[in-house]
Amino acid sequence: MWNLMLRKFKMGRLTEKGGNSLTQQKSSIPSSFRQSLQARHLDCGSCNGCDWELTALGNSFYDHQHFGIDFVASPRHADLLMCTGPASTQLVMAAHETFEAMAKPKWVVAVGDCAVDGGVFKGAYASANGMGEVLPVDVKIPGCPPKPEDIINALLEFMGKR
Amino acid sequence: MLGLREYLQSFHSCPGTVIIEWKKQEAIVEVPSRDLPEILTYCLAMKPRPTWLTHVVNDERQLGRGFCLYLVLHFPGEDFSLTLFAKEIIDEFPSLASIYPALNWSEREVQDLFGLQAVGHPDPRSLVLHPGWPKGFHPLRKDYKVGDERNEFKRAPLVFPEMHGDGMFQVPVGPIHAGIIEPGHFRFYVNGEPVLHLEAQLFYTHKGIEKLLEGKSIKDGLRIVERVCGVCALSHGLAYCEAVEKLADVEVSRQALLWRTILAELERIYNHIGDIGNMCAGVGFALGNANGSQCKEKLQRLNLEFFGHRFLRGMVVPGGVSSIPGSQDSQSILNRLLELSKDFEDWIPLLLDHDGFRQRTVTTGILKAENALDFGVTGPAARASGIANDWREHHAHLLYPELNVKSMIEQDGDACSRLLVRVNETRESFRFLDTLLREAIKGPASEDKGTTPLTLEKFRQFAPAWGCVESPRGTDVIWLMLDGEDKIYRCRIRSASYANWPAVPLTAPGNIVPDFPIINKSFELCYSCCDR
Repeated sequence: MWNLMLRKFKMGRLTEKGGNSLTQQKSSIPSSFRQSLQARHLDCGSCNGCDWELTALGNSFYDHQHFGIDFVASPRHADLLMCTGPASTQLVMAAHETFEAMAKPKWVVAVGDCAVDGGVFKGAYASANGMGEVLPVDVKIPGCPPKPEDIINALLEFMGKR
Repeated sequence: MLGLREYLQSFHSCPGTVIIEWKKQEAIVEVPSRDLPEILTYCLAMKPRPTWLTHVVNDERQLGRGFCLYLVLHFPGEDFSLTLFAKEIIDEFPSLASIYPALNWSEREVQDLFGLQAVGHPDPRSLVLHPGWPKGFHPLRKDYKVGDERNEFKRAPLVFPEMHGDGMFQVPVGPIHAGIIEPGHFRFYVNGEPVLHLEAQLFYTHKGIEKLLEGKSIKDGLRIVERVCGVCALSHGLAYCEAVEKLADVEVSRQALLWRTILAELERIYNHIGDIGNMCAGVGFALGNANGSQCKEKLQRLNLEFFGHRFLRGMVVPGGVSSIPGSQDSQSILNRLLELSKDFEDWIPLLLDHDGFRQRTVTTGILKAENALDFGVTGPAARASGIANDWREHHAHLLYPELNVKSMIEQDGDACSRLLVRVNETRESFRFLDTLLREAIKGPASEDKGTTPLTLEKFRQFAPAWGCVESPRGTDVIWLMLDGEDKIYRCRIRSASYANWPAVPLTAPGNIVPDFPIINKSFELCYSCCDR
């Protein structure tokens, strides 16, 4: 235990960029959502790369929670649906149901090249060419996969914090 | 292979059995499909027992060979692989799943995607294509051109076994899960808390990648293959490149082998450490998870800094590697890894000595050795059940023979054993990287740029080749056949997750439902490369 404490002190703070120092910019979303966003992840046929980067947002370096962003377990609690993957056919119904279960106002984010336009999977027989064909996409974050800092920056921009 | 060749030559149905090619390490033998069960039974009785690498069906009607079946077996003792090749299948072939359960899913997949019948298969349900696709939709037949079927897909109820009795319940979970996880449907049959039976319905992320690959150039194919699995991208790409190089009869230079080995080990440690952290998340052990995810992030940043991609995509190309860091960079990588390895040793006792964590993982989710063998389980999951099957030990490729790799095994087969296998393999990988990077720092002995150019006309056409790499989850096998214009004719992707998923439901009975997350995470299988 003592060693762990020492290690912690030696390591210091890992989290990059304080959430409080950000200034408020213009944003199209209602002001009550600008302080915090509750996101729900929806894998719609991704290769797992984008999912890993979304998970990485929670590590000590990015720590999405200190920006007021959190991942929730139920679509009922979510403001934001973060979709990865090109929308594989066998998941389309589940995606619709997840979106329907969210309370309004709600927004959809397409994370990664596949979700934006199908990426390398364009033209496959069991997948759409991007989430846009299935759900109304509000924010697009390109990249294969987008880096965690790109995802955080896009979300902060959406919230009007950058 | 002593005995095997004689057996095949004297097989009673000669002249149906033809030895097409027999080399020291690899052979391909044509057998009539009706004799496959008998030959496979003979092979499986050999010691040490062979394991399957891949099972491929290909529509070769245009070549006048009907539907062809290729079953690749690997005999670990002598590093010998045998392809059993059965041609002229019209609409059915004898099922081998009862003899070798590892082929269960593969045969069901063939029934879905080719519309051929595996006669005698014990499970008649569809697998890859969920109920609801138009009738007669068999997308891997060559005469099928991608059309509008996906818009006609109407979700229909999935078929599950029935269950009766007092106090029995079914707990359906998924396909969408609470958390940042891939989609799959699990149905727990429970009596109170203990699980009696588990059905896993996967293939929600099935996109039709194998069809998409057909007709693509080798370069475009690599781009897609690297994206079959986000986190084993390098292993998939490497297996693909090995297959391409076999078809071109190209030997890769030593520098390329060196850097490929380094990259493969870098992929292993960032995955293993991430998986160790994830296992902590599976039991709500936040501090363990935080340490694992920090360490993983540092490794991924190292990947980005020196190789241009956090998941190492784009590094391996047919013939070599796309770029090689200089001596100074190699030194920096080594220094960083030494630091990270020390850091790893600092925090790993936190998990291994933690009573609460051990209570959750010891005796949880036991995979019996005989089940692992029968289901052809690969990777850390099999090694935790006492099966020494590390591909790096059993197959001479890359620089592994020089590193003298030994399979890290544990005997108990529970979640804790799978964790220990990962911990030990991570330590070994750090050690290998140290040796490899010291060689890299010295630089190439001669003018070796690390890439051997492949000239286009050299590829063997309509000939099978496979590549296999030990990914962090087990062996990833890519089977490849090129057409007359050097475009992909058929590419079968058998990932480690595909081989291991059928074994996961076997480990659930006897455990309680809340233990399933830790069981699932201890296997840490990817859905995407299973579903394709």
